[in-house]
Amino acid sequence: MVGRDAIVAEIPRLRRYARALTGDAGRADDLVQDALERALSKWLLWRHGSDLRAWLFTIMHNIFVNQVRMSQLIEFRADEDIPDPLTRATQGDGLALRDLDRALAELPLEQREVLLLVGLEELSYLETAQVLGVPLGTVMSRLSRARVRLGKLLEGQAGGASFGASLKVVK
Amino acid sequence: MKPQPIVEEELHGLADGRIKAPRRGEVDAWLAVHPQEADQVKAWRTQNALLHQTFDSVLETPLPARLLDSPRRPGRSRFICQLIDQFSTRRFAAAVTWLALGGIIGFVLRGEAPQLAGTGTLPYQAALAHAVYSPEVRHPVEVGADQEAHLVAWLSKRLGATLKAPHLDEAGYSLLGGRLLPGAGNNGAVAQFMYQDARGARLTLYVRNDAGAANTRETAFRFAREGKISVFYWLDGRFGYALSGETEKPELLRIATIVYRQLNP
Repeated sequence: MVGRDAIVAEIPRLRRYARALTGDAGRADDLVQDALERALSKWLLWRHGSDLRAWLFTIMHNIFVNQVRMSQLIEFRADEDIPDPLTRATQGDGLALRDLDRALAELPLEQREVLLLVGLEELSYLETAQVLGVPLGTVMSRLSRARVRLGKLLEGQAGGASFGASLKVVK
Repeated sequence: MKPQPIVEEELHGLADGRIKAPRRGEVDAWLAVHPQEADQVKAWRTQNALLHQTFDSVLETPLPARLLDSPRRPGRSRFICQLIDQFSTRRFAAAVTWLALGGIIGFVLRGEAPQLAGTGTLPYQAALAHAVYSPEVRHPVEVGADQEAHLVAWLSKRLGATLKAPHLDEAGYSLLGGRLLPGAGNNGAVAQFMYQDARGARLTLYVRNDAGAANTRETAFRFAREGKISVFYWLDGRFGYALSGETEKPELLRIATIVYRQLNP
């Protein structure tokens, strides 16, 4: 029997993924809360013994994709309102964070999800395929495209010193 | 033996720490003489590290007040508690339902339970699973045939052995998909593939991983009937198979033969 501790233990990882996915802490917690509430209403569909984490990620993925789809229907942004990825503050503590957020936001959602589930949440490729409901081959091709694209986006930003500076901290 | 060529998937696998020895050594050796690809793997690892460096702090951030709104239970939110309460109640209700269903099926199949030496309860379990899932209209399978590769990969992983989903189109049955079931196989996991013909009649193939059993061996086809359900079952090396359907015996045998032939080309 899964105890409450098992569910509570998943919340930090759900929040981390949501934070990276949405680019905004408040929106991330909204998403986590939505996912937990949805989980509450769908308990019977969770098969005991299956992976609780993957199940929660799947629920959150479905909610987020729906939200994005809805917001695309009602929210229209003219091109000039979209922040230019090359213009950014030149100093400040959150510099690397903003750069990475901006680069991630530039990735198509489907690529961003795969990149984060694999690279940040360290799900296996098969688990990622399960969470997103796509074949394994699709996961691999999205991962490949996401990594190439993120590399280019970060390179583009490295015109300034911030990416180089943040790299030095990385082992 | 000639080493297998390195594919891009394996380079990603290496960056993500998913390539195990001895293949890992081969990939590393190959990268040693392919500096461009080696740089690529390094860059991907850097991306992963950057993601962790940037977002891991969220793990340490205390859960916000709206998730933690119950002072009497520090560390747990009210709706989490509610979640657990509801979870326990509904799980219990579900367990009772399944027990009752098992009882009903047991009653329906009473007196017909097989006394079959050596094969345990394979045909009985298979017939039971067939009786439960084949009448399902909306959710006959967990993963549909449109995701066949994923289905087979998933079930193979859970059963701990490489599976194949036979194609029975020559008998007029197409693959609907499959599901994972609890059972007497290795890891307590059993796979069920479901097929349907043009009239909607369904067959299920129940696959159990018997590896590690005292003596894995082959048997001829055996036949059992559980109520209206006919079952052909056989052991083949590490697997036990059972094909179930409300189908005439000769027809079912013909299809079982097709299954056997496809699994042993």
